[in-house]
Amino acid sequence: MNINLTTPVTVEKARELKAGDLVTISGVIYTARDAAHKRMLENLKKGIALPFDIKNQAIYFAGPAPAKPGEPIGSAGPTTSYRMDAYSPETIKLGLTCMIGKGARNKAVVDAMKKYGAVYIGAVGGAGALLSTCVKKCEVVAYEDLGSEAVHRLEVENFPGIVIIDSEGNNLYETEPQKYRK
Amino acid sequence: MREIDVSKITNAIKDMCIKANCCLNSDVYEALEKAEREESSEIGRNILSQLIENADLAGCKMKPICQDTGMAVIFMEIGQDVHFTGGSLTDAVNEGVRRGYTEGYLRKSVVSDPLIRVNTKDNTPAIVHYDIIEGDKVHIEVAPKGFGSENMSRVYMLKPSDGTEGVKDAIIDCIEKAGPNPCPPMVVGVGIGGNFEMCTKLAKKALLRPIGSKSHKEHIRAMEEELLARANNLGIGPQGLGGNTTILGLNIETYATHIAGLPLAVNISCHVTRHSEVTL
Repeated sequence: MNINLTTPVTVEKARELKAGDLVTISGVIYTARDAAHKRMLENLKKGIALPFDIKNQAIYFAGPAPAKPGEPIGSAGPTTSYRMDAYSPETIKLGLTCMIGKGARNKAVVDAMKKYGAVYIGAVGGAGALLSTCVKKCEVVAYEDLGSEAVHRLEVENFPGIVIIDSEGNNLYETEPQKYRK
Repeated sequence: MREIDVSKITNAIKDMCIKANCCLNSDVYEALEKAEREESSEIGRNILSQLIENADLAGCKMKPICQDTGMAVIFMEIGQDVHFTGGSLTDAVNEGVRRGYTEGYLRKSVVSDPLIRVNTKDNTPAIVHYDIIEGDKVHIEVAPKGFGSENMSRVYMLKPSDGTEGVKDAIIDCIEKAGPNPCPPMVVGVGIGGNFEMCTKLAKKALLRPIGSKSHKEHIRAMEEELLARANNLGIGPQGLGGNTTILGLNIETYATHIAGLPLAVNISCHVTRHSEVTL
């Protein structure tokens, strides 16, 4: 079954999503990867607010390629999420309800997802050209000096994903490969 | 003595950076098509079909297959009878990378210092390997490598007593630990022998060989075939969501080594195993 997921995502909505659900995401999502996460959380400690209100938002772990003339964005697939494991428990605590990326997450992240109500959605890594067609608008909202790693505000339509880890901790990376192991 | 102006090197590298990043090589494309036909997981088949659609879109629009257009790795084999004119060869190589990544709208993913981490904004410097060969030709291979998969690569300094079985188990262990992180289906390059740095270079070079190309050494060819089957029995599948397509290919390169050692490097790559080559 395909679920249309419109952002922002409330905790209630995040908790309804179950591992294995296919979703198409529409609305605003924000890109942030290693350098942006580091800066956001360091700034917060210094009393500088996050560049966007993180409550009920979706962060897409991605660093897009530059847009060609006439296009909103270049190729824009997910980056490997475990590099954000050091930061995600904190962002979830701050109200983040949805993370989009690819690859495994650690226990601290999953524990935070269960405690506060957040969901981890996988997008197809290596399909950046295809995924970029779902991005209708892209603007840099913070940290322009980081280049591709800047925080981008994306307006997406029917961006495809699959719920990999849900707010109960069910995890497709743990359940699915076993079925095919010989 | 043959003279080559370094501007020719710049132009060739510029073109190859763009081509390698936007056009999926036919060996990988065909391997994806075969995998899509044979994959038993429905989610897996769907992912493989998206990767094929993605490659079609990237190639026809000259858009990068993946937003991670990598750090440019360049192998140059230089004939000993060649004399370069017109400036520094390494500067010319980096100028080619700079132009390719700028004019091709490729992502700039290089930071100048690993700890201070400021983006160089033009994807330089490249990593360049120079080898001197006989003759008066220059062979250039451009292999931009993304880091989602690079981060999953490993070096194992094994003991001679670990033998063939120890090598095989370590390779499988590396693939299994990589799991969903390097965007499976992966392509695996293996280097056995040499020393600490040589085995990693061999592993990288193994990735330059087309998928399905077999080693000319019988015992290595047998190992490649066995490991391909074993890796695909791990169940990791496309994107790590289960299936029998975990790797598309596995190539092994070897070199002489020391009596005390059995160095092994496993270079994990994603399906976008980029390489483009030219002989000048």
